[in-house]
Amino acid sequence: MTLLSVENLSAGYGKAEVLHGVSLSVAERQIVAIVGPNGAGKTTLMHATMGLLPRTGLVSFMDRSAGDAGWMVRHGVVLVPETRALFTDMSVEENLQLGAFARYRQGARDLPESMAEVFEIFPRLAERRRQSAGTLSGGERQMLALGRALMGKPKLLLLDEPSLGLAPKIVADIFRVIGTMRDRGISILLVEQNARAALQMADYGYVLEMGRVALHGSCAILAEDDRVIETYLGRKRHA
Amino acid sequence: MDNAILLALLQDGLTTGAIYLLLAVGLLIAFSVTRAIFIPQGDLVSFAALTLASMIGRHIPGTIWLLDSLCAAALALSLARGRLNAVIPYGLAPAVLTIATLAATRYGAPTAVSAVLSLGIVTALGPLLYRFAYEPLGEASVLALLIVSMALHFVLIGIALYCFGAEGVSTPALTDASFDIGSVTVSGQSLFVGLVCLAMVGALRWFSVRTLYGKALRAAASDRLGARLIGVDHVLSGRTAFALASFAAAVSGLLIAPITPLSYDTGFEIGLKGFVAAVIGGLASYPLAAAGALIVGTIESFSGFWASEYRNIIVFSLLIPVLIWLSLTRGNPEDRA
Ligand SMILES: Nc1ncnc2c1ncn2[C@@H]1O[C@H](COP(=O)(O)OP(=O)(O)OP(=O)(O)O)[C@@H](O)[C@H]1O
Ligand SMILES: [Mg+2]
Repeated sequence: MTLLSVENLSAGYGKAEVLHGVSLSVAERQIVAIVGPNGAGKTTLMHATMGLLPRTGLVSFMDRSAGDAGWMVRHGVVLVPETRALFTDMSVEENLQLGAFARYRQGARDLPESMAEVFEIFPRLAERRRQSAGTLSGGERQMLALGRALMGKPKLLLLDEPSLGLAPKIVADIFRVIGTMRDRGISILLVEQNARAALQMADYGYVLEMGRVALHGSCAILAEDDRVIETYLGRKRHA
Repeated sequence: MDNAILLALLQDGLTTGAIYLLLAVGLLIAFSVTRAIFIPQGDLVSFAALTLASMIGRHIPGTIWLLDSLCAAALALSLARGRLNAVIPYGLAPAVLTIATLAATRYGAPTAVSAVLSLGIVTALGPLLYRFAYEPLGEASVLALLIVSMALHFVLIGIALYCFGAEGVSTPALTDASFDIGSVTVSGQSLFVGLVCLAMVGALRWFSVRTLYGKALRAAASDRLGARLIGVDHVLSGRTAFALASFAAAVSGLLIAPITPLSYDTGFEIGLKGFVAAVIGGLASYPLAAAGALIVGTIESFSGFWASEYRNIIVFSLLIPVLIWLSLTRGNPEDRA
Protein backbone atom coordinates (compact mmCIF):
# COMPACT_ATOMS: atom_id res chain seq x y z
CA MET A 1 0.00 0.00 0.00
CA THR A 2 1.23 3.51 -0.82
CA LEU A 3 1.92 5.49 2.31
CA LEU A 4 3.23 8.74 0.91
CA SER A 5 2.56 9.98 -2.55
CA VAL A 6 4.03 13.14 -4.05
CA GLU A 7 2.74 14.19 -7.43
CA ASN A 8 4.07 16.92 -9.65
CA LEU A 9 5.52 18.84 -6.72
CA SER A 10 7.05 22.24 -7.39
CA ALA A 11 8.53 24.44 -4.69
CA GLY A 12 11.25 26.99 -4.11
CA TYR A 13 12.25 30.09 -2.23
CA GLY A 14 10.43 33.27 -3.18
CA LYS A 15 10.57 33.61 -6.94
CA ALA A 16 13.30 31.02 -7.39
CA GLU A 17 11.71 27.68 -8.17
CA VAL A 18 13.98 24.82 -7.14
CA LEU A 19 11.79 21.76 -7.67
CA HIS A 20 10.05 21.40 -11.01
CA GLY A 21 7.31 18.80 -10.88
CA VAL A 22 8.76 15.99 -8.79
CA SER A 23 6.73 12.81 -8.30
CA LEU A 24 7.57 9.94 -6.02
CA SER A 25 5.94 7.49 -3.66
CA VAL A 26 6.82 5.47 -0.59
CA ALA A 27 5.04 2.23 0.19
CA GLU A 28 4.53 0.69 3.61
CA ARG A 29 7.61 -0.90 5.17
CA GLN A 30 9.76 0.45 2.38
CA ILE A 31 13.02 2.37 2.43
CA VAL A 32 13.18 4.81 -0.45
CA ALA A 33 16.44 6.59 -1.20
CA ILE A 34 16.93 9.92 -2.93
CA VAL A 35 20.41 10.61 -4.26
CA GLY A 36 21.70 13.53 -6.26
CA PRO A 37 24.45 16.13 -6.41
CA ASN A 38 24.75 19.10 -4.06
CA GLY A 39 22.13 21.70 -4.80
CA ALA A 40 19.87 19.30 -6.69
CA GLY A 41 17.01 20.17 -4.33
CA LYS A 42 16.95 17.13 -2.04
CA THR A 43 16.57 19.15 1.14
CA THR A 44 14.03 21.38 -0.57
CA LEU A 45 12.08 18.26 -1.55
CA MET A 46 12.04 17.03 2.05
CA HIS A 47 10.94 20.42 3.39
CA ALA A 48 8.27 20.90 0.74
CA THR A 49 6.93 17.41 1.34
CA MET A 50 6.83 18.11 5.05
CA GLY A 51 4.83 21.28 4.44
CA LEU A 52 7.55 23.67 5.59
CA LEU A 53 7.65 25.50 2.24
CA PRO A 54 4.93 26.84 -0.03
CA ARG A 55 4.34 24.30 -2.79
CA THR A 56 2.18 23.35 -5.73
CA GLY A 57 1.28 19.83 -6.66
CA LEU A 58 -0.19 17.05 -4.61
CA VAL A 59 1.17 15.52 -1.44
CA SER A 60 -0.91 12.85 0.22
CA PHE A 61 -0.27 10.62 3.17
CA MET A 62 -2.34 7.48 3.73
CA ASP A 63 -4.69 8.63 1.00
CA ARG A 64 -5.39 11.96 2.66
CA SER A 65 -4.32 15.28 1.27
CA ALA A 66 -1.42 16.45 3.43
CA GLY A 67 -1.43 19.69 5.40
CA ASP A 68 1.35 21.71 7.03
CA ALA A 69 4.16 20.42 9.22
CA GLY A 70 1.85 20.24 12.24
CA TRP A 71 -0.58 18.07 10.31
CA MET A 72 2.21 15.77 9.15
CA VAL A 73 3.56 15.28 12.69
CA ARG A 74 0.09 14.58 14.06
CA HIS A 75 -0.43 11.96 11.36
CA GLY A 76 2.88 10.23 11.97
CA VAL A 77 5.33 11.78 9.52
CA VAL A 78 8.53 13.01 11.16
CA LEU A 79 11.48 14.75 9.52
CA VAL A 80 15.05 14.67 10.80
CA PRO A 81 16.42 17.71 8.98
CA GLU A 82 19.91 18.13 7.59
CA THR A 83 20.69 20.68 10.31
CA ARG A 84 19.22 18.38 13.02
CA ALA A 85 17.43 21.37 14.58
CA LEU A 86 18.02 20.19 18.14
CA PHE A 87 17.10 22.35 21.11
CA THR A 88 20.71 22.98 22.01
CA ASP A 89 20.07 24.83 25.26
CA MET A 90 17.89 22.03 26.61
CA SER A 91 18.88 18.65 28.01
CA VAL A 92 19.00 15.42 26.06
CA GLU A 93 16.06 14.16 28.07
CA GLU A 94 13.99 17.27 27.36
CA ASN A 95 14.75 17.01 23.65
CA LEU A 96 13.47 13.46 23.68
CA GLN A 97 10.33 14.33 25.64
CA LEU A 98 9.59 17.08 23.15
CA GLY A 99 9.82 14.57 20.32
CA ALA A 100 6.58 13.16 21.72
CA PHE A 101 4.91 16.57 22.03
CA ALA A 102 2.37 16.03 19.26
CA ARG A 103 1.41 12.63 20.69
CA TYR A 104 1.21 14.12 24.19
CA ARG A 105 -1.25 16.70 22.91
CA GLN A 106 -3.31 13.86 21.50
CA GLY A 107 -3.43 12.22 24.91
CA ALA A 108 -0.46 9.83 24.89
CA ARG A 109 1.12 9.46 28.33
CA ASP A 110 3.72 6.78 27.59
CA LEU A 111 6.72 9.11 27.42
CA PRO A 112 8.89 7.26 29.97
CA GLU A 113 8.37 3.94 28.16
CA SER A 114 9.12 5.47 24.77
CA MET A 115 12.23 7.07 26.18
CA ALA A 116 13.39 3.75 27.61
CA GLU A 117 13.05 2.25 24.13
CA VAL A 118 15.13 5.04 22.62
CA PHE A 119 17.78 4.55 25.31
CA GLU A 120 17.87 0.87 24.41
CA ILE A 121 18.67 1.76 20.81
CA PHE A 122 21.11 4.54 21.76
CA PRO A 123 22.62 3.69 25.17
CA ARG A 124 24.97 6.64 24.74
CA LEU A 125 22.03 9.02 25.07
CA ALA A 126 21.06 7.47 28.40
CA GLU A 127 24.52 8.25 29.75
CA ARG A 128 24.15 11.86 28.67
CA ARG A 129 20.51 12.38 29.53
CA ARG A 130 21.08 15.43 31.74
CA GLN A 131 23.68 17.01 29.49
CA SER A 132 22.60 19.91 27.31
CA ALA A 133 22.15 18.95 23.65
CA GLY A 134 24.51 21.72 22.54
CA THR A 135 27.45 19.97 24.19
CA LEU A 136 27.04 16.65 22.37
CA SER A 137 29.46 15.36 19.74
CA GLY A 138 28.36 15.18 16.11
CA GLY A 139 27.52 11.49 16.34
CA GLU A 140 25.61 11.93 19.57
CA ARG A 141 23.66 14.80 18.06
CA GLN A 142 22.56 12.62 15.19
CA MET A 143 21.55 9.90 17.63
CA LEU A 144 19.55 12.47 19.57
CA ALA A 145 17.92 13.74 16.38
CA LEU A 146 16.91 10.19 15.45
CA GLY A 147 15.85 9.45 19.01
CA ARG A 148 13.71 12.58 19.16
CA ALA A 149 12.06 11.54 15.89
CA LEU A 150 11.39 8.02 17.21
CA MET A 151 9.70 9.50 20.30
CA GLY A 152 6.97 10.66 17.91
CA LYS A 153 6.25 7.02 16.98
CA PRO A 154 6.32 7.82 13.25
CA LYS A 155 4.81 5.74 10.50
CA LEU A 156 7.05 7.48 8.01
CA LEU A 157 10.44 8.93 8.76
CA LEU A 158 12.08 11.48 6.47
CA LEU A 159 15.85 11.45 6.97
CA ASP A 160 17.93 14.19 5.37
CA GLU A 161 21.56 13.06 5.16
CA PRO A 162 21.73 11.09 8.41
CA SER A 163 25.41 10.30 7.81
CA LEU A 164 26.49 13.90 7.22
CA GLY A 165 29.82 14.65 8.90
CA LEU A 166 30.03 11.39 10.84
CA ALA A 167 32.90 8.93 11.18
CA PRO A 168 32.49 5.65 9.22
CA LYS A 169 31.91 3.60 12.35
CA ILE A 170 29.08 5.85 13.50
CA VAL A 171 27.64 5.89 9.99
CA ALA A 172 27.49 2.09 10.13
CA ASP A 173 25.71 2.31 13.50
CA ILE A 174 23.19 4.80 12.15
CA PHE A 175 22.47 2.68 9.10
CA ARG A 176 22.02 -0.36 11.31
CA VAL A 177 19.45 1.58 13.33
CA ILE A 178 17.66 2.64 10.13
CA GLY A 179 17.43 -1.04 9.20
CA THR A 180 15.98 -1.88 12.61
CA MET A 181 13.38 0.83 12.21
CA ARG A 182 12.22 -0.64 8.94
CA ASP A 183 11.95 -4.04 10.61
CA ARG A 184 9.72 -2.44 13.21
CA GLY A 185 7.38 -1.28 10.48
CA ILE A 186 8.52 2.30 9.95
CA SER A 187 8.80 3.42 6.34
CA ILE A 188 11.72 5.64 5.49
CA LEU A 189 12.43 8.28 2.88
CA LEU A 190 16.17 8.72 2.93
CA VAL A 191 18.28 11.46 1.35
CA GLU A 192 21.92 10.45 1.21
CA GLN A 193 25.18 11.79 -0.08
CA ASN A 194 26.59 8.34 0.57
CA ALA A 195 24.87 6.76 -2.45
CA ARG A 196 26.51 3.38 -2.07
CA ALA A 197 25.23 2.81 1.45
CA ALA A 198 21.84 4.25 0.58
CA LEU A 199 21.29 2.10 -2.49
CA GLN A 200 22.45 -0.96 -0.60
CA MET A 201 19.95 -0.42 2.14
CA ALA A 202 16.96 0.93 0.24
CA ASP A 203 14.31 -0.89 -1.78
CA TYR A 204 13.70 1.83 -4.30
CA GLY A 205 15.66 4.87 -5.40
CA TYR A 206 15.24 8.21 -7.11
CA VAL A 207 18.03 10.24 -8.68
CA LEU A 208 17.29 13.95 -8.36
CA GLU A 209 19.13 16.35 -10.66
CA MET A 210 18.45 20.08 -10.97
CA GLY A 211 15.08 19.80 -9.33
CA ARG A 212 13.82 16.94 -11.49
CA VAL A 213 13.73 13.19 -11.12
CA ALA A 214 16.35 12.06 -13.62
CA LEU A 215 16.02 8.38 -12.98
CA HIS A 216 14.21 6.00 -10.69
CA GLY A 217 13.91 2.31 -10.15
CA SER A 218 14.48 -0.48 -7.71
CA CYS A 219 17.86 -0.14 -6.04
CA ALA A 220 19.12 -3.40 -7.47
CA ILE A 221 18.61 -2.00 -10.97
CA LEU A 222 19.87 1.51 -10.16
CA ALA A 223 23.07 0.11 -8.70
CA GLU A 224 23.75 -1.51 -12.08
CA ASP A 225 23.01 1.65 -14.06
CA ASP A 226 26.11 3.04 -15.77
CA ARG A 227 25.25 6.69 -15.13
CA VAL A 228 24.57 6.06 -11.48
CA ILE A 229 27.77 4.11 -11.12
CA GLU A 230 29.84 6.82 -12.77
CA THR A 231 28.32 9.79 -11.04
CA TYR A 232 27.32 8.55 -7.62
CA LEU A 233 29.15 5.35 -6.87
CA GLY A 234 32.39 6.88 -8.02
CA ARG A 235 33.93 3.95 -9.84
CA LYS A 236 33.98 2.91 -13.45
CA ARG A 237 32.52 -0.45 -14.18
CA HIS A 238 35.02 -2.78 -15.65
CA ALA A 239 33.83 -4.85 -18.50
CA MET B 1 22.57 60.13 55.66
CA ASP B 2 21.42 57.76 58.33
CA ASN B 3 20.71 54.10 58.15
CA ALA B 4 16.96 54.45 58.37
CA ILE B 5 16.82 56.51 55.19
CA LEU B 6 19.24 54.18 53.50
CA LEU B 7 17.10 51.17 54.32
CA ALA B 8 13.91 52.93 53.31
CA LEU B 9 15.42 53.83 49.94
CA LEU B 10 16.66 50.30 49.51
CA GLN B 11 13.22 48.94 50.28
CA ASP B 12 11.60 51.30 47.78
CA GLY B 13 14.20 50.40 45.20
CA LEU B 14 13.74 46.69 45.61
CA THR B 15 9.97 47.06 45.47
CA THR B 16 9.99 48.90 42.15
CA GLY B 17 12.83 46.61 41.06
CA ALA B 18 10.60 43.60 41.62
CA ILE B 19 8.02 45.16 39.34
CA TYR B 20 10.64 45.83 36.65
CA LEU B 21 11.67 42.22 37.09
CA LEU B 22 8.20 41.02 36.11
CA LEU B 23 8.24 43.25 33.05
CA ALA B 24 11.75 42.16 32.07
CA VAL B 25 10.76 38.50 32.30
CA GLY B 26 7.70 39.14 30.14
CA LEU B 27 9.80 40.96 27.55
CA LEU B 28 12.35 38.15 27.49
CA ILE B 29 9.70 35.48 26.97
CA ALA B 30 8.05 37.43 24.15
CA PHE B 31 11.40 38.23 22.53
CA SER B 32 12.85 34.75 22.76
CA VAL B 33 9.81 33.15 21.15
CA THR B 34 8.87 35.79 18.57
CA ARG B 35 11.98 38.01 18.17
CA ALA B 36 9.72 40.99 18.80
CA ILE B 37 10.66 43.55 21.46
CA PHE B 38 7.29 44.14 23.05
CA ILE B 39 7.61 47.87 23.76
CA PRO B 40 3.82 48.31 24.11
CA GLN B 41 4.01 46.09 27.19
CA GLY B 42 4.59 49.33 29.12
CA ASP B 43 1.35 50.78 27.79
CA LEU B 44 -0.47 47.72 29.07
CA VAL B 45 0.88 48.59 32.54
CA SER B 46 -1.08 51.86 32.31
CA PHE B 47 -4.07 50.05 30.80
CA ALA B 48 -4.30 47.73 33.80
CA ALA B 49 -4.07 50.48 36.41
CA LEU B 50 -6.48 52.75 34.54
CA THR B 51 -8.97 49.93 33.98
CA LEU B 52 -9.05 49.10 37.66
CA ALA B 53 -9.25 52.76 38.72
CA SER B 54 -12.06 53.34 36.32
CA MET B 55 -14.03 50.37 37.61
CA ILE B 56 -13.51 51.51 41.19
CA GLY B 57 -14.80 54.94 40.14
CA ARG B 58 -17.89 53.20 38.67
CA HIS B 59 -17.01 54.08 35.07
CA ILE B 60 -17.05 51.43 32.39
CA PRO B 61 -13.39 51.03 31.32
CA GLY B 62 -12.86 51.72 27.60
CA THR B 63 -10.43 48.81 27.42
CA ILE B 64 -13.30 46.34 27.48
CA TRP B 65 -14.63 47.84 24.24
CA LEU B 66 -11.14 47.69 22.76
CA LEU B 67 -10.95 44.03 23.69
CA ASP B 68 -14.39 43.36 22.24
CA SER B 69 -13.57 45.05 18.94
CA LEU B 70 -10.34 43.09 18.56
CA CYS B 71 -12.13 39.86 19.40
CA ALA B 72 -14.92 40.64 16.93
CA ALA B 73 -12.36 41.24 14.19
CA ALA B 74 -10.52 38.03 15.04
CA LEU B 75 -13.80 36.13 15.14
CA ALA B 76 -14.84 37.44 11.73
CA LEU B 77 -11.49 36.47 10.21
CA SER B 78 -11.58 33.00 11.74
CA LEU B 79 -15.15 32.33 10.67
CA ALA B 80 -14.33 33.49 7.15
CA ARG B 81 -11.72 30.74 7.11
CA GLY B 82 -14.22 28.22 8.38
CA ARG B 83 -12.81 27.87 11.89
CA LEU B 84 -15.99 27.49 13.85
CA ASN B 85 -14.33 26.68 17.19
CA ALA B 86 -13.03 30.27 17.27
CA VAL B 87 -16.46 31.16 18.70
CA ILE B 88 -15.30 30.10 22.17
CA PRO B 89 -12.14 32.24 22.59
CA TYR B 90 -13.28 35.18 20.44
CA GLY B 91 -17.02 35.17 21.06
CA LEU B 92 -18.04 33.48 24.27
CA ALA B 93 -15.04 34.37 26.45
CA PRO B 94 -15.08 38.12 25.73
CA ALA B 95 -18.88 38.16 26.09
CA VAL B 96 -18.63 36.68 29.58
CA LEU B 97 -15.81 39.05 30.50
CA THR B 98 -17.80 42.04 29.19
CA ILE B 99 -20.93 41.14 31.13
CA ALA B 100 -18.89 40.57 34.30
CA THR B 101 -17.10 43.89 33.86
CA LEU B 102 -20.31 45.81 33.23
CA ALA B 103 -21.95 44.20 36.23
CA ALA B 104 -18.93 44.80 38.48
CA THR B 105 -18.84 48.44 37.43
CA ARG B 106 -22.56 48.97 37.74
CA TYR B 107 -22.94 47.40 41.17
CA GLY B 108 -19.55 48.34 42.60
CA ALA B 109 -17.88 44.99 43.06
CA PRO B 110 -15.16 44.57 45.69
CA THR B 111 -11.76 45.83 44.52
CA ALA B 112 -10.36 42.30 44.38
CA VAL B 113 -13.03 41.25 41.86
CA SER B 114 -12.43 44.32 39.72
CA ALA B 115 -8.68 43.66 39.90
CA VAL B 116 -9.17 40.12 38.58
CA LEU B 117 -11.37 41.42 35.76
CA SER B 118 -8.78 44.09 34.87
CA LEU B 119 -6.11 41.39 34.78
CA GLY B 120 -8.30 39.35 32.46
CA ILE B 121 -8.98 42.23 30.07
CA VAL B 122 -5.38 43.40 29.80
CA THR B 123 -3.91 39.90 29.57
CA ALA B 124 -6.28 39.03 26.72
CA LEU B 125 -5.14 42.12 24.81
CA GLY B 126 -1.57 40.76 24.49
CA PRO B 127 -2.21 37.81 22.18
CA LEU B 128 -4.72 39.87 20.17
CA LEU B 129 -2.17 42.61 19.59
CA TYR B 130 0.26 39.91 18.50
CA ARG B 131 -2.39 38.43 16.23
CA PHE B 132 -3.04 41.69 14.40
CA ALA B 133 0.24 43.61 14.57
CA TYR B 134 2.99 41.01 14.46
CA GLU B 135 1.67 37.74 13.02
CA PRO B 136 0.96 39.10 9.53
CA LEU B 137 4.66 39.95 9.20
CA GLY B 138 5.73 36.32 9.44
CA GLU B 139 9.47 35.85 9.68
CA ALA B 140 10.36 39.53 9.74
CA SER B 141 13.67 40.94 10.96
CA VAL B 142 14.15 42.06 14.55
CA LEU B 143 14.27 45.65 13.30
CA ALA B 144 10.97 45.41 11.39
CA LEU B 145 9.29 43.93 14.45
CA LEU B 146 10.74 46.71 16.61
CA ILE B 147 9.30 49.34 14.27
CA VAL B 148 5.90 47.64 14.56
CA SER B 149 6.29 47.77 18.34
CA MET B 150 6.95 51.51 18.26
CA ALA B 151 3.94 52.11 16.02
CA LEU B 152 1.76 49.98 18.24
CA HIS B 153 2.96 51.92 21.27
CA PHE B 154 1.79 55.21 19.76
CA VAL B 155 -1.55 53.70 18.84
CA LEU B 156 -2.01 52.39 22.37
CA ILE B 157 -1.19 55.65 24.14
CA GLY B 158 -3.68 57.32 21.81
CA ILE B 159 -6.31 54.81 22.79
CA ALA B 160 -5.46 55.16 26.48
CA LEU B 161 -5.77 58.94 26.27
CA TYR B 162 -9.11 58.64 24.48
CA CYS B 163 -10.50 56.06 26.92
CA PHE B 164 -9.21 57.40 30.21
CA GLY B 165 -8.21 61.02 29.73
CA ALA B 166 -4.91 62.59 30.76
CA GLU B 167 -5.35 62.47 34.49
CA GLY B 168 -3.17 60.32 36.69
CA VAL B 169 -4.88 57.81 38.94
CA SER B 170 -3.88 55.70 41.86
CA THR B 171 -5.78 52.87 43.41
CA PRO B 172 -6.31 52.31 47.11
CA ALA B 173 -3.51 50.58 49.00
CA LEU B 174 -4.10 46.89 49.39
CA THR B 175 -2.99 47.04 52.99
CA ASP B 176 -1.88 49.66 55.49
CA ALA B 177 -0.09 47.10 57.59
CA SER B 178 3.61 47.40 58.24
CA PHE B 179 5.99 45.14 60.03
CA ASP B 180 8.96 45.92 62.18
CA ILE B 181 11.83 43.60 61.60
CA GLY B 182 14.53 44.67 64.02
CA SER B 183 15.01 48.36 63.36
CA VAL B 184 13.57 48.20 59.87
CA THR B 185 9.98 48.94 59.02
CA VAL B 186 8.73 46.97 56.07
CA SER B 187 5.49 48.18 54.55
CA GLY B 188 2.81 45.61 53.85
CA GLN B 189 2.60 46.94 50.31
CA SER B 190 6.29 46.22 49.62
CA LEU B 191 5.98 42.80 51.13
CA PHE B 192 2.95 42.08 48.97
CA VAL B 193 4.76 43.19 45.82
CA GLY B 194 7.72 40.99 46.71
CA LEU B 195 5.53 37.97 47.40
CA VAL B 196 3.55 38.36 44.17
CA CYS B 197 6.77 38.62 42.17
CA LEU B 198 8.23 35.57 43.85
CA ALA B 199 5.05 33.61 43.25
CA MET B 200 4.94 34.58 39.58
CA VAL B 201 8.59 33.81 38.96
CA GLY B 202 8.17 30.49 40.75
CA ALA B 203 5.06 29.61 38.76
CA LEU B 204 6.73 30.50 35.48
CA ARG B 205 9.75 28.46 36.35
CA TRP B 206 7.59 25.50 37.27
CA PHE B 207 5.68 25.85 34.00
CA SER B 208 8.79 26.00 31.83
CA VAL B 209 10.82 23.29 33.58
CA ARG B 210 8.17 20.84 34.73
CA THR B 211 5.44 20.83 32.11
CA LEU B 212 5.73 19.66 28.52
CA TYR B 213 3.81 22.73 27.33
CA GLY B 214 6.35 24.95 29.07
CA LYS B 215 9.17 23.00 27.48
CA ALA B 216 7.46 23.37 24.12
CA LEU B 217 7.49 27.14 24.59
CA ARG B 218 11.21 27.01 25.38
CA ALA B 219 11.67 24.81 22.33
CA ALA B 220 9.98 27.45 20.18
CA ALA B 221 12.49 29.96 21.54
CA SER B 222 15.42 27.58 21.10
CA ASP B 223 14.99 26.38 17.51
CA ARG B 224 12.15 27.45 15.25
CA LEU B 225 12.52 24.66 12.73
CA GLY B 226 12.92 22.06 15.45
CA ALA B 227 9.78 23.34 17.15
CA ARG B 228 7.72 23.06 13.97
CA LEU B 229 9.04 19.56 13.41
CA ILE B 230 7.77 18.31 16.77
CA GLY B 231 4.39 19.86 16.14
CA VAL B 232 4.69 23.05 18.19
CA ASP B 233 2.47 25.53 16.43
CA HIS B 234 4.48 28.75 16.02
CA VAL B 235 1.35 30.88 15.95
CA LEU B 236 0.14 29.41 19.21
CA SER B 237 3.53 29.72 20.90
CA GLY B 238 3.80 33.37 19.82
CA ARG B 239 0.37 34.15 21.25
CA THR B 240 1.15 32.29 24.46
CA ALA B 241 4.38 34.24 24.89
CA PHE B 242 2.50 37.50 24.38
CA ALA B 243 -0.20 36.41 26.81
CA LEU B 244 2.47 35.80 29.45
CA ALA B 245 4.07 39.19 28.72
CA SER B 246 0.78 41.04 28.91
CA PHE B 247 -0.13 39.19 32.10
CA ALA B 248 3.16 40.35 33.62
CA ALA B 249 2.32 43.89 32.49
CA ALA B 250 -1.18 43.74 33.96
CA VAL B 251 0.08 42.45 37.31
CA SER B 252 2.76 45.15 37.35
CA GLY B 253 0.19 47.83 36.65
CA LEU B 254 -1.99 46.69 39.54
CA LEU B 255 1.02 46.47 41.85
CA ILE B 256 2.32 49.95 41.02
CA ALA B 257 -0.97 51.81 41.02
CA PRO B 258 -1.25 51.98 44.84
CA ILE B 259 2.38 53.20 45.11
CA THR B 260 2.72 55.71 42.26
CA PRO B 261 -0.02 57.47 40.33
CA LEU B 262 -0.23 56.27 36.74
CA SER B 263 -1.56 58.08 33.71
CA TYR B 264 -2.04 57.05 30.10
CA ASP B 265 1.61 57.56 29.20
CA THR B 266 3.57 56.73 32.36
CA GLY B 267 3.37 52.98 31.83
CA PHE B 268 5.64 53.37 28.84
CA GLU B 269 8.41 54.79 31.03
CA ILE B 270 8.01 51.94 33.49
CA GLY B 271 8.10 49.46 30.62
CA LEU B 272 11.32 51.02 29.37
CA LYS B 273 12.94 50.37 32.74
CA GLY B 274 11.91 46.74 32.45
CA PHE B 275 13.49 46.84 29.02
CA VAL B 276 16.75 48.24 30.45
CA ALA B 277 16.78 45.27 32.84
CA ALA B 278 16.13 42.84 29.98
CA VAL B 279 19.00 44.39 28.04
CA ILE B 280 21.26 43.96 31.07
CA GLY B 281 20.39 40.28 30.68
CA GLY B 282 21.47 40.49 27.03
CA LEU B 283 17.83 39.83 26.03
CA ALA B 284 18.63 36.20 26.79
CA SER B 285 19.48 35.56 30.43
CA TYR B 286 16.66 35.49 32.96
CA PRO B 287 18.88 35.58 36.08
CA LEU B 288 20.92 38.52 34.76
CA ALA B 289 17.76 40.37 33.76
CA ALA B 290 16.33 39.79 37.25
CA ALA B 291 19.50 41.13 38.87
CA GLY B 292 19.40 44.01 36.41
CA ALA B 293 15.81 44.85 37.38
CA LEU B 294 16.66 45.03 41.08
CA ILE B 295 19.71 47.18 40.31
CA VAL B 296 17.67 49.52 38.13
CA GLY B 297 15.05 49.85 40.86
CA THR B 298 17.64 50.54 43.53
CA ILE B 299 19.61 53.05 41.48
CA GLU B 300 16.39 54.80 40.59
CA SER B 301 15.36 55.05 44.21
CA PHE B 302 18.71 56.42 45.37
CA SER B 303 19.08 58.86 42.51
CA GLY B 304 15.52 60.00 43.18
CA PHE B 305 16.67 60.95 46.66
CA TRP B 306 19.88 62.74 45.70
CA ALA B 307 19.14 64.13 42.28
CA SER B 308 15.48 63.78 41.69
CA GLU B 309 15.40 65.56 38.32
CA TYR B 310 18.13 63.34 36.93
CA ARG B 311 16.52 60.08 38.01
CA ASN B 312 15.57 58.88 34.53
CA ILE B 313 18.74 60.13 32.93
CA ILE B 314 20.79 58.16 35.42
CA VAL B 315 18.73 54.98 34.93
CA PHE B 316 18.73 55.11 31.13
CA SER B 317 22.44 55.99 31.06
CA LEU B 318 22.98 52.56 32.55
CA LEU B 319 22.30 51.24 29.06
CA ILE B 320 25.48 52.73 27.67
CA PRO B 321 28.04 50.71 29.65
CA VAL B 322 25.82 47.64 29.35
CA LEU B 323 25.57 47.94 25.58
CA ILE B 324 29.31 48.53 25.26
CA TRP B 325 29.93 45.47 27.40
CA LEU B 326 27.50 43.35 25.37
CA SER B 327 28.87 44.47 22.05
CA LEU B 328 32.38 43.60 23.18
CA THR B 329 31.49 40.18 24.53
CA ARG B 330 28.66 38.93 22.35
CA GLY B 331 28.70 40.49 18.91
CA ASN B 332 25.52 41.30 17.04
CA PRO B 333 22.45 39.66 18.63
CA GLU B 334 20.85 39.28 15.19
CA ASP B 335 23.62 36.90 14.23
CA ARG B 336 22.74 34.70 17.14
CA ALA B 337 19.06 34.56 16.23
N1 LIG C 1 16.63 29.16 2.09
C1 LIG C 1 16.95 29.23 0.78
N2 LIG C 1 16.76 30.36 0.10
C2 LIG C 1 17.05 30.44 -1.22
N3 LIG C 1 17.56 29.45 -1.93
C3 LIG C 1 17.79 28.28 -1.30
C4 LIG C 1 17.49 28.11 0.08
N4 LIG C 1 17.82 26.86 0.43
C5 LIG C 1 18.30 26.27 -0.69
N5 LIG C 1 18.28 27.12 -1.72
C6 LIG C 1 18.70 26.81 -3.10
O1 LIG C 1 17.95 25.72 -3.57
C7 LIG C 1 18.75 24.85 -4.32
C8 LIG C 1 18.59 23.43 -3.76
O2 LIG C 1 19.07 23.39 -2.43
P1 LIG C 1 18.91 22.12 -1.51
O3 LIG C 1 19.39 22.49 -0.17
O4 LIG C 1 17.55 21.60 -1.63
O5 LIG C 1 19.93 21.12 -2.21
P2 LIG C 1 20.40 19.69 -1.72
O6 LIG C 1 20.13 18.77 -2.84
O7 LIG C 1 19.82 19.36 -0.42
O8 LIG C 1 21.97 19.91 -1.59
P3 LIG C 1 23.01 19.26 -0.54
O9 LIG C 1 23.36 17.94 -1.09
O10 LIG C 1 24.15 20.20 -0.58
O11 LIG C 1 22.35 19.20 0.78
C9 LIG C 1 20.17 25.37 -4.22
O12 LIG C 1 20.48 26.01 -5.43
C10 LIG C 1 20.14 26.36 -3.11
O13 LIG C 1 21.00 27.43 -3.35
MG1 LIG D 1 20.54 18.98 1.45
